[in-house]
Amino acid sequence: MKTENQKAWFFVLPVLILVAFNALIPMMTVVNYSVQETFGNNLFFWEGLTWFEQILRSERFHAALGRQFLFTFLILIIEVPLGIAIALSMPRKGFWVPVCLVLMALPMLIPWNVVGAMWNIFALPDIGLLGYFINHVLGISYDMTQNPFAAWVTIITMDVWHWTSLVVLLAYAGLVSIPDAYYQAAKIDGASNWSVFRYIQLPKMKNVLTIAILLRFMDSFNIYTEPFVLTGGGPGNSTTLLSIDLVKIALGQFDLGPAAAMSLIYFAITLLVSWVFYTVMTKDDLN
Amino acid sequence: MLSWMAWTWPTAFVFIGIFTGIAILTITEIKYPGGAERQGVLGLTTTRGDRYFLSLLGTSFIFLIWLGLIGMPLWGPLAISIAWGVFCFWKV
Repeated sequence: MKTENQKAWFFVLPVLILVAFNALIPMMTVVNYSVQETFGNNLFFWEGLTWFEQILRSERFHAALGRQFLFTFLILIIEVPLGIAIALSMPRKGFWVPVCLVLMALPMLIPWNVVGAMWNIFALPDIGLLGYFINHVLGISYDMTQNPFAAWVTIITMDVWHWTSLVVLLAYAGLVSIPDAYYQAAKIDGASNWSVFRYIQLPKMKNVLTIAILLRFMDSFNIYTEPFVLTGGGPGNSTTLLSIDLVKIALGQFDLGPAAAMSLIYFAITLLVSWVFYTVMTKDDLN
Repeated sequence: MLSWMAWTWPTAFVFIGIFTGIAILTITEIKYPGGAERQGVLGLTTTRGDRYFLSLLGTSFIFLIWLGLIGMPLWGPLAISIAWGVFCFWKV
């Protein structure tokens, strides 16, 4: 053991320092804030675990958490099957492959706040292309600034538009890595399309899909910019997701203590769900 | 210099505790490499680090749930957390 080259540790050092400064130290500060009250001026007063108790029992937090889970659940059950379906229908060889890949990557290249602004203008009932079309051509009343249901439909559609590509690209990467021999064997056995999907393609895509779902879960659970620009959490509080509520408490009301407590609870939930999901998905591989 | 971080003794002790745990794990790993991997009662293959992570994650939820449902004082969740930590290192 002693003769082994340990130089690799030095190459990890810069990352370690970077993570310490951009994640660990701010995180520790948040923990410190969560047990204190401040009125600015860098003066802090000990509060113990009051904020945790208060947040855990507040209706407002429960409502925001519920909305957050609903949002994440809805986008996952739409984006994952849709992403797989698109990946399956994409060509594997030839001229159209790069075209499809570039088209798929486009939405992900657009900055989050621009996506929010774009969809805001797109969906406004009187001046937006989509809003105008639904209201005046289809004759269906649709106003995301007034109607909570319309606001939800808009943010879900926006997220699906923005992030399905990620699932598509990852699923596609899984699909192209399947050797032709598998398909030939399936053909010889006379397997149906469904059997090919169920027993060849889906198992081969499992690892990349795990990563895709994990990334989509974490991103959507922490989503802030897009819905904030699109609806600002409204109408009323109907699209106030957890992070929007958190920013309102931290920066709007400057209640750093409760906001810190809330972010720690938020962090714990994200960590737990991600861990459970990852463990369940990779359990068979490890054993 | 550290005043902006608003340190308090209790939170400092929490972090000292966590980092001491990591340090102990590091020393143990150097002395006995391989992470003591095994399959526990939950059917998961865990190393010492996994068990430590599970103990901490579980502890934070035990305290949060207790605070949300019952409130102060916190001797109850402390006892449950210690029991959970022992269970994690012993069986999981």
